[in-house]
Amino acid sequence: MDDMQKLFNSGVLTGEREGAQLPPRELWESKKGGVVVVECPQRIPCNPCATSCPTGAIRPFKDINDTPSVDHSLCTGCTLCVASCPGLACFVIDLTFSEDLALFKLPYEMLPLPRKGDRVACLNRVGEKIAEGTVENITQPRKDRTYVVHVSAPKTVVNDFRAIKVVECHA
Amino acid sequence: MKTLSTEILVIGGGAAGLSAAAEAASAGAKVMVIESDLHLGGQLVKQTHKFFGSKDEYAGTRGFKIAEILLNEIESCKDNVEIHENTTVTGFYSEDKTFTAMRGEESFFHIQAQKTIVATGAQERLIPFVNNDLPGVYGAGAVQTLMNVYGVIPGKRVLMVGAGNIGLIVSYQLMQAGVEVAAIVEAAPRIGGYWVHAAKVRRMGVPILLGHSIKRAVGDRTITGAYITGLNEKFEPVGEETFVDCDVICIAVGLSPTTEILSQAGCKMMYVPQLCGLVARRDMSMKTSNPDFFTAGDASGIEEASAAMVEGRIAGLSAASSLGYLTEHGKLDEYWSRLQSLRSGEAGARICQGIECVLVNGWEDGRNG
Repeated sequence: MDDMQKLFNSGVLTGEREGAQLPPRELWESKKGGVVVVECPQRIPCNPCATSCPTGAIRPFKDINDTPSVDHSLCTGCTLCVASCPGLACFVIDLTFSEDLALFKLPYEMLPLPRKGDRVACLNRVGEKIAEGTVENITQPRKDRTYVVHVSAPKTVVNDFRAIKVVECHA
Repeated sequence: MKTLSTEILVIGGGAAGLSAAAEAASAGAKVMVIESDLHLGGQLVKQTHKFFGSKDEYAGTRGFKIAEILLNEIESCKDNVEIHENTTVTGFYSEDKTFTAMRGEESFFHIQAQKTIVATGAQERLIPFVNNDLPGVYGAGAVQTLMNVYGVIPGKRVLMVGAGNIGLIVSYQLMQAGVEVAAIVEAAPRIGGYWVHAAKVRRMGVPILLGHSIKRAVGDRTITGAYITGLNEKFEPVGEETFVDCDVICIAVGLSPTTEILSQAGCKMMYVPQLCGLVARRDMSMKTSNPDFFTAGDASGIEEASAAMVEGRIAGLSAASSLGYLTEHGKLDEYWSRLQSLRSGEAGARICQGIECVLVNGWEDGRNG
C-alpha cells in the first residue's frame, strides 16, 4: 500500500475522486457567492446534502448510498448543504471575493464561536496551519447549532484550507 | 411476589426498543417498556452528532433530538404504553413463561407477556493490555455518558483506541468538549468508520495511526500515559514502542450483542462474525425460533442506530399483528426496503452477509428450523 493510499485510508483526501470533484475552474472563478466543494468519496447511506439542496445542484440520489454528484452551474453557494451534511463534507468557496482572497464558507461545531473580524488559523486536511484568515460572517442556516463561518483567506490555499481554529480570545 | 402483565413486553428503551414500542402501541397493543437506565433513550441520548441515513431515519438530526422525537411519539399513544425505568430484566424462566425484574436494587417482581421484543442493545468490548485496570481507562460509551449526559469531561488528553464510527465520533465530541485527543490508534490498515467522520478529526489535527495498537498503560494511581506500537499484518507488535502523553485511554474496539434473555427463551442462536457475536436466528418479521420472542437493534447484530430504528419498527409491527391487531398493509415491505437501502453501501455489505446467515424464510414451513 503506498503512502497516498495510507493517508486516504486515515481520512485525508489525496486528490480528486468520485464524490470529491472540484468545480470546473472557469465557472468557479466567475460565480459570485461561490460554489460547493464536496469531499465525500465513500458510499454510505446518507443523503441530506441532496435533499437540502434547493436548486438541484447536488443531483438527487438514485440510491441513498450514492456519492454526491454536483452540477456546479446550478449551485448558488447558499450553504444549506454545508449546514446539513452530518459528515461536515460540504464547503462553499467563492473565488470572486477579491483579487487575492477567496471567501470560504466552512461548517463549524466547536467552541469558542469566532466573531466577525476575528483572525483565525486556516487548517489543512491534517490540521496544519497554512494561512491566516479573517472572519467575515457567521450564519446558522438550519438553526441547529451547526454554524457556517465565512472566512476570507488567500486564494493560494483554495485546495487545502478546510477547517478553522479560533486563535484570538475575546472576553 | 407481584406479577405485572402486558401484551407486548419491550426489553430495552433505546433506539430499537422505543421504535418497537411506538409502532406496537400505535397499532393498539398494550406495551410495557423496561429500561435499565434511569431514563429512556439508550445510546441516542448521548449522540450529539447529526445522524446519517435518509429523512425517514431522521438524517441530519442530532441523536438526542431523535430520542425526543421517539419519546413524543410514545407520549401520543401513552394510554397503551407502560414505562419502567431504572428496572432490569434479570432472567426468563421458560417453564412458567415468567420474567424476573428488579427496580433499582430494592424491589423485585415478575412480568408475564404474550409477546416479547428483546431490544437489549450491546455491550462494549475491551482489550487486554498492561494496567488496563487503572482509573482513566474508559469504554467509549462511558466517556459519552459522562460528557454528553452529565456534562463531565473525563480528563485533559485522550488516547483513543479504535477508529470505527464510535472511536471517530467520540474523538470529535471530546474535542467539542474542549478535551485534547492525542491520537487515534487503529489495528486495521484502514479506518472502520465512515471516511467523513475520520476527515473531520484529521483536519482538527488528530493523527489516526493505522496498523497501531496500545501496548500498555502507564501510571501509578491513575493513567499518566500509554505506550503504543505498530502491528504487522498478523496484528503482532513490531518496531519501537512510542510513548503517548495522556490521562485518559478510551477504548472503542467494538460491541457485542446482548442476548442472554434470548438464549434463556430457547431461541436458536448463531455466532455471526459480521454481526459481531451471538445473535438469534430470525425471519423477516424479526421473529425468533420461539414464536413469542422478537429481536431488534444491536441485540440482533451490531449496526447503525438508523437500522436499529427500522428493525424496531418491524418487530413492533410484527408483534402487534401476531396478537391480531390490524396493521397497515405493505408496511413490512416498506420497512424492509428502507433497511435494504441503508445496507447497500460499503459498510452494509458485511451486514448483509451476516443477515443472510441468520435470516430464515419463515419458521412455520419447517425448512429452516
